[in-house]
Amino acid sequence: MRFGVVQFGGSNCDRDVVHVLSEVCGVDTDLIWYKERLKKHYDAVILPGGFSYGDYLRAGAIAARTPIMNDILKHSAKGGLVLGICNGAQILAESGLVPGVFTMNAYPKFICKWVHLRVVTAASPFTAGYRTGDVIRLPIAHAEGRYVAPAETIASLNKEGRIAFRFCDEKGRVTEASNPNGATENITGVLSEQGNVLAMMPHPERASEDVLGSCDGKTIFDSMIHHIERKA
Amino acid sequence: MENQGEIEKMKFDITLTISLKEGMLDPEAAAIQNAITNLGYATESIRTARLYRIRLDAPDKKAAREMAVKMCERLLANPVIHRYEIEVS
Repeated sequence: MRFGVVQFGGSNCDRDVVHVLSEVCGVDTDLIWYKERLKKHYDAVILPGGFSYGDYLRAGAIAARTPIMNDILKHSAKGGLVLGICNGAQILAESGLVPGVFTMNAYPKFICKWVHLRVVTAASPFTAGYRTGDVIRLPIAHAEGRYVAPAETIASLNKEGRIAFRFCDEKGRVTEASNPNGATENITGVLSEQGNVLAMMPHPERASEDVLGSCDGKTIFDSMIHHIERKA
Repeated sequence: MENQGEIEKMKFDITLTISLKEGMLDPEAAAIQNAITNLGYATESIRTARLYRIRLDAPDKKAAREMAVKMCERLLANPVIHRYEIEVS
């Protein structure tokens, strides 16, 4: 099993993800400079957080149009797992791997804090380790994280079980007050049609060790590993 | 020297205006409107847009416009939230 973490100019959570995967979860993980393209077979590719291309134009817009994204499209078309975290989620939305867009927060400032999330579906390779309805705690750190999509897209995401996470309060109630960035229907984790791509704004790698204050995020990496093991 | 089949190209100036679709939240404009109000100017509404001035070579005006449309659709605008206007001169 091999994971790949793509590093763009301006990525800054790449090494954290590599650390969690290789040191905490114990899987072989390569850090891939985006210009090197995907040269090996990877079971999962992760687009980490950061500020690729300085967030010029729109967050993720320029990275989404780099040649390595063609490799990632092919990888996902073959059923390979792709996880986009924060800037990675913005890149996935900009590249069309998930619908919609993560755009400027309703109140246009950078928000960096711990939030509660409701696991909307446990029926995905990324969330299978949770139970549907679980309330987890992860940090967010973004200025462009407000999920927006046309009403018909939101309706089909709901119908097809493709919403992975919603912002909620500590009791799991999905309320306006618990929505930090004004995301449509508090959505902050979206799955692709085939379910093998997840774009999420919160940072699971920052909540994968006790010393960091929460291990709730590690379940996402463990779920991916378990999914790959079961397929093999 | 005679032009042997090569398509002659002309220079065109293109102005692209990318703005948020009607009804889309414009948080930047809301913050700016607050500041404008603090300066004592009453405004009914403010919307932001991004403007690009592009100079390029194309065989004719139609081709120049087509290039501009592709640039908007492939990179400069995000169809989920944006609309765009193109002027060619």
